Amino acid sequence: MTTTATIDGSVRRRPIIEIRNVSKTYAMGEAEVHALRRVSLTIERGDFVAIMGASGSGKSTMMHILGCLDVPTKGWYWLDGVDVRGLDEVTLAIVRSRKIGFIFQAYNLIPRTTALANVELPLAYAGVRPKERRRRAVAALENVGLGDHLGYRPNQMSGGQQQRVAVARAIVTNPALILADEPTGNLDSAAAEDVMHIFSVLNAEGRTVVLITHEADLAEFAKRVLRLRDGEIVEDVRSSPVEGPPPRLHAAHTIRTPSMSS
Amino acid sequence: MSWWDNVVIALQGATSNKLRSMLTMLGVLIGVAAVIILVAVGTGSSAQVQANINRLGTNTITVLNLGRFGGRATVGTQTSAATITLADVREIEDPAEAPDVESVSPVESTSATATYSGASDSDATVTGSTPSYLTASDYTVEAGSSITASEVTNRDRVCLVGQTVVTDLFGTANPIGQTIQLGSSSFQVVGVLATKGSSGATDEDNVIIAPYTAVQDELTGESGSFTELLVQGKSASTLDLAESEVESILAAANNTTVADLPFLIVNQASLVSTAESTSSTFTVLLAAVAGVSLLVGGIGVMNIMLVSVTERTREIGIRKAIGARKSVILAQFLYESVLLSLLGGMAGVVVGLVGSRFRIDGVTPVIAPYSIVLALGVSVAVGVFFGFYPANRAASLRPIDALRYE
Repeated sequence: MTTTATIDGSVRRRPIIEIRNVSKTYAMGEAEVHALRRVSLTIERGDFVAIMGASGSGKSTMMHILGCLDVPTKGWYWLDGVDVRGLDEVTLAIVRSRKIGFIFQAYNLIPRTTALANVELPLAYAGVRPKERRRRAVAALENVGLGDHLGYRPNQMSGGQQQRVAVARAIVTNPALILADEPTGNLDSAAAEDVMHIFSVLNAEGRTVVLITHEADLAEFAKRVLRLRDGEIVEDVRSSPVEGPPPRLHAAHTIRTPSMSS
Repeated sequence: MSWWDNVVIALQGATSNKLRSMLTMLGVLIGVAAVIILVAVGTGSSAQVQANINRLGTNTITVLNLGRFGGRATVGTQTSAATITLADVREIEDPAEAPDVESVSPVESTSATATYSGASDSDATVTGSTPSYLTASDYTVEAGSSITASEVTNRDRVCLVGQTVVTDLFGTANPIGQTIQLGSSSFQVVGVLATKGSSGATDEDNVIIAPYTAVQDELTGESGSFTELLVQGKSASTLDLAESEVESILAAANNTTVADLPFLIVNQASLVSTAESTSSTFTVLLAAVAGVSLLVGGIGVMNIMLVSVTERTREIGIRKAIGARKSVILAQFLYESVLLSLLGGMAGVVVGLVGSRFRIDGVTPVIAPYSIVLALGVSVAVGVFFGFYPANRAASLRPIDALRYE
């Protein structure tokens, strides 16, 4: 198991995310924009974290850095114990494909491509054989309740359905970390609740979920809520322990993750 | 990612905007079809020239005594009265003197108007020669009999007539055994020549062939010299040797040097090689023009791929976010551009093959297999070459920039 010994001799699990003094500065013409200012954060394996903040607070930048889509200007980042700073583009692509599942506000499915093909794509990029790819993609779509929508194209599905396809695509590689950037931003409240329940179930099964939202009632699904303002963490509230179920897991709404025999 | 995954993704990309992809392929199609058709036209016309030259005979050297055409020949500043005599013919016939010569036919040539019971044929070429002339210049006797060596010796006034003469004088009647008037003399027709067609401006069927002795007696009045020699070499490869043997014999007989010999000597082999180099230049020129249009087609592919990359920037970002490596994106767009140019190229081959079935400006195109392979190969190369820049641009996009792109 991924364990490390601490100074007091007890054994704790290695954190999935550890960032130290991370700053991100953008040049906007003449002016410099400080999107993140010396942020430090540790996220334990199995946690369910909501990052909140007004637009411009740096939460999207945080997300991109956590997801290895962008690199910090200063500071250190260990993802699952790996120092990400030193990695080249090719290795970063491998890290993204093995460890992280992304969900975006705008769903970001590949247009003109079926739900099944969209979900198969990360497996294809990871080099999984077509038969195995198909089996796992079908299982992932069944898990988000879209087993009967395999052949649908994005423009034939509702927003909620598209986002569930995106969730299936994020979990199909069995990543340790699920990163969701305002996943319910384009959805009505019923569809939003649906998606949040799916996250709760995924978390209950031991997956780390980090999501960005600006809706307080959706943040209540998380075990821990961070609030960003002007590039700094100004609030860090834990409502439930890392171990144990997420606070609003419906007993009735259980889903099964794809079996990960490999 | 297997190559098949890439093909599927490339197909999806190419079919996402069908009209645009079609127009792009049309550019390559036109280029490839142009290469195939124009090379076929070049090859066809070169084959035609070749056929015309072969009609002159096989492995022949023609020696023309220019002095006998319009008085004296002028070479440089001095005039000459050089001649081709029967003694020269005998010497060239001697294998010890000219070992590379197969046969030599003295020719006494003139033109005359032939008449037969009121019908006339103007400006027929009257060629007086020996039986070997027929073989050397590729005439065959279609009906009746050929002229013989004894008829030459006996100075018999007999003749063979070409198809044009037959049509003009006899229409559909049988000419064999009839007597025609050449100038003031009468000649008996003993045979009819098979048609040869025309080479350039000369109608090769408007001919009358008779023994040279009879032609000299009745028409030209010459006795000592000939207007022309038709020498047949033993083979195409030794034709140049045969030419120099004939030249030195004629130079010695006329007390001059080979360089000063006032005869026009036409060597069929050199005629063929000149024609070949001319027509290959012609073919290369045509191919170059077609190549330019293929290049323009390639630039069309590049243009469309650049537009496609810009349009799909966001898609590229998504693909990268879910684990696509740079090489995968590069392959995706390269496959797409190669697919466009290859499909366009294959359609171009079909159009080229169909287009080459028609006669173009009097030339029957002959499809050169290499041009098909070349055009298809070039169209794939065009896809790779002109697809690489846009594909590389797509692959080098940072995922974060690509995702932010609206």
